[in-house]
Amino acid sequence: MSLTPPISTTLSRRRLLQGTAGAAGLAAMGLTSEQARAAKDLTVGFIYVGPKDDYGYNQAHAEAAAMLKKMPGIKIVEEEKVPETDDVSKTMESMIKLDGATLLFPTSFGYFDPYMLKMAAKYKDIQFRHCGGLWQKDKHPMNTGSYFGYIGMCQYLNGIAAAHATKTKKIGFIAAKPIPQVLINVNSFALGARSVDPTITTSVIFTGEWSMPVKEAEATNSLIGQGIDVVTCHVDGPKVIMETAERRGIYSCGYHADQSKLAPKGYLTGAEWNWITVYKQYIADAQAGKPLPNFTRGGLAEGFVKMSAFGPALSEAGRKNVTAVKAEIMKGGYSVFKGPLKDNKGNVVVPAGKAYPETAIELESCNYLVEGVVGSTS
Amino acid sequence: MSTTTTVTTAPASAPVQVGDQWYPIRRTAEALLAPIAALAGAAILFSIFLLCLGASPADFLDLVWRGAFGSWFSIQNTVQRAAPLLLTALCVAIPGQLGLVIIGGEAAVVLGGLAATVAALPLINTSPIIVWAAMAIAGSAMGAFWVGISGWLRAKLNVNEVIASLVLSYIGLALFNHFVEGLLRDPASLNKPSTYGIGDENMLDTVPWLDVHPGLPIGILACLICWVLIYRTSFGFASRVTGGNIRAAQLQGLPVTKLILLACAIGGGCAGLAGAIEVAAEYGRSNASLNAGYGYTGILIAFLARFNPLAIMPMAILLGGLGAAGGLLQRRMGLPDATIQVLQGLIFVSILASDTLYGRFRWFQPRGGA
Repeated sequence: MSLTPPISTTLSRRRLLQGTAGAAGLAAMGLTSEQARAAKDLTVGFIYVGPKDDYGYNQAHAEAAAMLKKMPGIKIVEEEKVPETDDVSKTMESMIKLDGATLLFPTSFGYFDPYMLKMAAKYKDIQFRHCGGLWQKDKHPMNTGSYFGYIGMCQYLNGIAAAHATKTKKIGFIAAKPIPQVLINVNSFALGARSVDPTITTSVIFTGEWSMPVKEAEATNSLIGQGIDVVTCHVDGPKVIMETAERRGIYSCGYHADQSKLAPKGYLTGAEWNWITVYKQYIADAQAGKPLPNFTRGGLAEGFVKMSAFGPALSEAGRKNVTAVKAEIMKGGYSVFKGPLKDNKGNVVVPAGKAYPETAIELESCNYLVEGVVGSTS
Repeated sequence: MSTTTTVTTAPASAPVQVGDQWYPIRRTAEALLAPIAALAGAAILFSIFLLCLGASPADFLDLVWRGAFGSWFSIQNTVQRAAPLLLTALCVAIPGQLGLVIIGGEAAVVLGGLAATVAALPLINTSPIIVWAAMAIAGSAMGAFWVGISGWLRAKLNVNEVIASLVLSYIGLALFNHFVEGLLRDPASLNKPSTYGIGDENMLDTVPWLDVHPGLPIGILACLICWVLIYRTSFGFASRVTGGNIRAAQLQGLPVTKLILLACAIGGGCAGLAGAIEVAAEYGRSNASLNAGYGYTGILIAFLARFNPLAIMPMAILLGGLGAAGGLLQRRMGLPDATIQVLQGLIFVSILASDTLYGRFRWFQPRGGA
């Protein structure tokens, strides 16, 4: 009980300062204390919504955290399977209070509002960076921020690889929810395949949940039943999809992390996050005492995302095609969404003469499935 | 029905011999020592498990202590986690007096939370007191109704309440999702479907000096009231008699149907109230966060407490503490999240096994007579 009064007085003093010195001054003040602590040993907290070895979303982050552990001058603390409830607030607070963490990466989408925002308001000296791109300058505190990668391009490359492998000209996509981020991936995969052979159709199934292995396995089997012979996905843990595809003898393209081990025969290639690029940057800034960026985004060229190594099933022609297009993308400004482009109901979604590169703001409200995709968003 | 059964009385406790004035103390000692022995047994088994993993049991205990009770922050973390569990454990413990096993508390929590939100929405511009009252009433009424269905099925149609409450739990969760993602959804909640919010001004504040919401004092109060209800009222006595032998209770003319309905409704009301408090104090709206498994952990706690509302309090603190320490264990010892589940499982099995210890040792039994 003795702890409470001092904390509240320092907070109110800080609030007073905030009012007089203004936002810029506060940011600078926050940094000096950040700097002082960074000089000793920087403690960084990682929080995952699922298991660290899910072959998916969480593993992609945990692999980067494992690389950071080997770097000098930083201490990494991790917690897995933290639900998107008040539990995550407690985990953040526990990392701050018991482990002395000064930089936190709550990696799951649902951690941001209200949990991370609440903690950021309570601990103004602590830096919070959230994976997902929700941060807005005029809405959210300056000790918070977002980072995300343009992985749609990798799904486009997946689509090219899939087009070279499919014999039935039918490929499949198992998706969690029909939200913009996911729809961009579905559309990119379909467009990649159609860039090779416009007769290819992509069947999509939405499971409704980020992680529901039983439904994902059912969806895979159902797609295979419809004659699909290449499958990819956007769910948190692609493990069961890759395993089912391998067992049923079809090809697969990975997502989130490298799943080649799960499907040694049928794995063509995969769209992977490369979070180490982002985390290294943040930590270098924190150690140098520089302000951490609030909003970070990047694609293949920036090293935020990468492709899995080619699997044995991908033909020489397929490898060449993927490699060539990847080189084009690396140059920058590459557009997958090029007009004239219709959705699968016949409406024009990208007018002729327009092209949306990965950074286009128009893509962030993507709510359609492009021509050639079998399925519906609702 | 066999008519030859003769029933005299169905005492809830063993007959006390005249002159054995120490028996009540020995009985209490038995009730305390058996679970302590069980916890010690679980700790030994778990230590062996840790040694197999190459981890140190001493480090483990030290971290559990630090994460759960070792600092002011840890204690708050623990009691905060224990708060909803007090109420959901009562949802199992009260019907448990009648020998019913209700495992559908989870649905009562989420539907109670949803009903509370719906009740609050038209009132958000009145005063917070009115909003809270409406939420508490709506939440408990909804929980009482939902668990009451299982009781009604049991009493009227003789449907097994374990199955009924489990199935109703799935139905309740499906209904909850249906409403939150459909009819009651705030269109602004894109990636995490939620209902409209009750507004910041209507949120319950934390308890003074504690960073803990009022669910904790309410839960403690509910446990105390339920203890009085079970051990100091004729309703409680009749319930325990029914739990001991339902046929005997019927022959005695006890209103068994009413008792079952009432016990289920009180239990469900507690769980529904837990949901209402979570909404009013924590989330401000209904969404998937309500479905956090409090109902299921409540089952575990009720069994650990042998359905005694007073024992629910330390057991809820114990499990709340393990939850609070779980993160620290992962971070410091590199143990997977499942480690805590292994420990919980071992505690549960040990406590259930310790039930067989009751009555085994003569020292705890009434003296004199035989």
